[in-house]
Amino acid sequence: MTSSSPAARRLGVDWLLLAAGGAVVAAVVRAVWFTPPERLQGYAQKIFYIHVPSAWVGFLAFALTALAGAFWLFLKDPRLDRFAESSAEVGVVFTTGVLVSGPLWGKPIWGAWWVWDARLTLTLFLWFLYLGYLVLRGVIPEREQRARYSAVVGILGAALIPFIHLSVYLFNTQHPMPVVANPTGIQMPAVMIKTFFLSLGAFTLLYVALVRSRYALAVERDALDDDVATDR
Amino acid sequence: MSGGRSVPGILAAAWVIARKDLAIEFRTRSAFLAALVLSLLSIVIFFFAWDPTAIGAADLAPGVLWVTFTFSGLLGLHRSFGVESHDGAMDALLSAPVPRQSIFLGKALANLVFVLGVQAVALPAVALFYNLPIGPAFGALALLMLLASIGLVAVGTMFAGMAANTRLAELLLPVLAMPFFVPIVMPAAKTTALLLAGRPIGDAFAWLRILLAFDLVFAYLCMLLFPLTLDD
Repeated sequence: MTSSSPAARRLGVDWLLLAAGGAVVAAVVRAVWFTPPERLQGYAQKIFYIHVPSAWVGFLAFALTALAGAFWLFLKDPRLDRFAESSAEVGVVFTTGVLVSGPLWGKPIWGAWWVWDARLTLTLFLWFLYLGYLVLRGVIPEREQRARYSAVVGILGAALIPFIHLSVYLFNTQHPMPVVANPTGIQMPAVMIKTFFLSLGAFTLLYVALVRSRYALAVERDALDDDVATDR
Repeated sequence: MSGGRSVPGILAAAWVIARKDLAIEFRTRSAFLAALVLSLLSIVIFFFAWDPTAIGAADLAPGVLWVTFTFSGLLGLHRSFGVESHDGAMDALLSAPVPRQSIFLGKALANLVFVLGVQAVALPAVALFYNLPIGPAFGALALLMLLASIGLVAVGTMFAGMAANTRLAELLLPVLAMPFFVPIVMPAAKTTALLLAGRPIGDAFAWLRILLAFDLVFAYLCMLLFPLTLDD
């Protein structure tokens, strides 16, 4: 082992993760107590500040996973594959968050836990793609082959997303028009916008911190595999 | 090959591989019969899963057809690389002096024939059991099946090749492939419903456009990426 002893790192405090956790708590506190409730939806709308940032991170994580895989095919750098693995695993957590917080919001506002709306269904299939990707990674012990196969599935998955969106959109849609990424500008009062972007930043920071921590785990696992291989 | 020693081009080699697979299938008929029996069984079982007095047969048939085609297709796809697993057949195939893409094309072509063969029996069976007049829409339905099967087989052949190289192969294929069948099954079932209702195929233009785009994008991507899934 080289100077960066894994044992020492494990005992240390992950300051970035701590800061990210603090930022998320601060964003939630601000959203719940210091941002006025929405006029029509009342307190149920508070879920917005968790739901939308989670969705943003879920899709961002998937895009970065696919991108890292594609670059791996050219550069064959093991760091890219470790990043893809970490990003996918963190992404599935946030996507699960979207799929849990969505129904909690949908029940009081739409009157149903689940509707087969375009963006809901797209997120569900993104989640399935993530799970398939992770199952695939789990069954291939050989590192190079695992990275190669993962890259291929990542690229195909990225190509699939627009098709699922198109077909589900044609099927039917019930989701509100985006209030933030709306072509006519953000359709929200300033105080809500501020809370939203604070929350978005906090969730993105949490993503970065979790991926960093998960990446360190992947490094240690690979190092352990190498040690076992040389000992044999 | 009449030329004997000459190295065949990509299409000629693909044709040889497809003919080899079809010859094996034609002589054993094991997978084809299994897929056929599975199709007929599911068509029959699905009929009893709904109340026929509440839901009309014409409303039921499209879903039954395409779920059946998807599952029976998976059987054939899985077999496609399964036949190469014995006696080092895959190594022999890889050492052949042909472009790697032709292995994909050949396998995909054989799978396409397999899937269309199952559909050629299953469609009349649905018409018979569900008492549907498919006569007027037959040409349009055949075109639809061809379009849908190309996409299904392209993605399926790709993942079958990957899954065959891992443990858990028979479980991995559906987990990876099913999300990719969504933009195939949804347009296909919707178009089938329109056709069975006596509407002209032009009414399903938006759906067919998705199918065609899916075929083009994924046939190209899978052919491009397939060599990456082969392990020398």
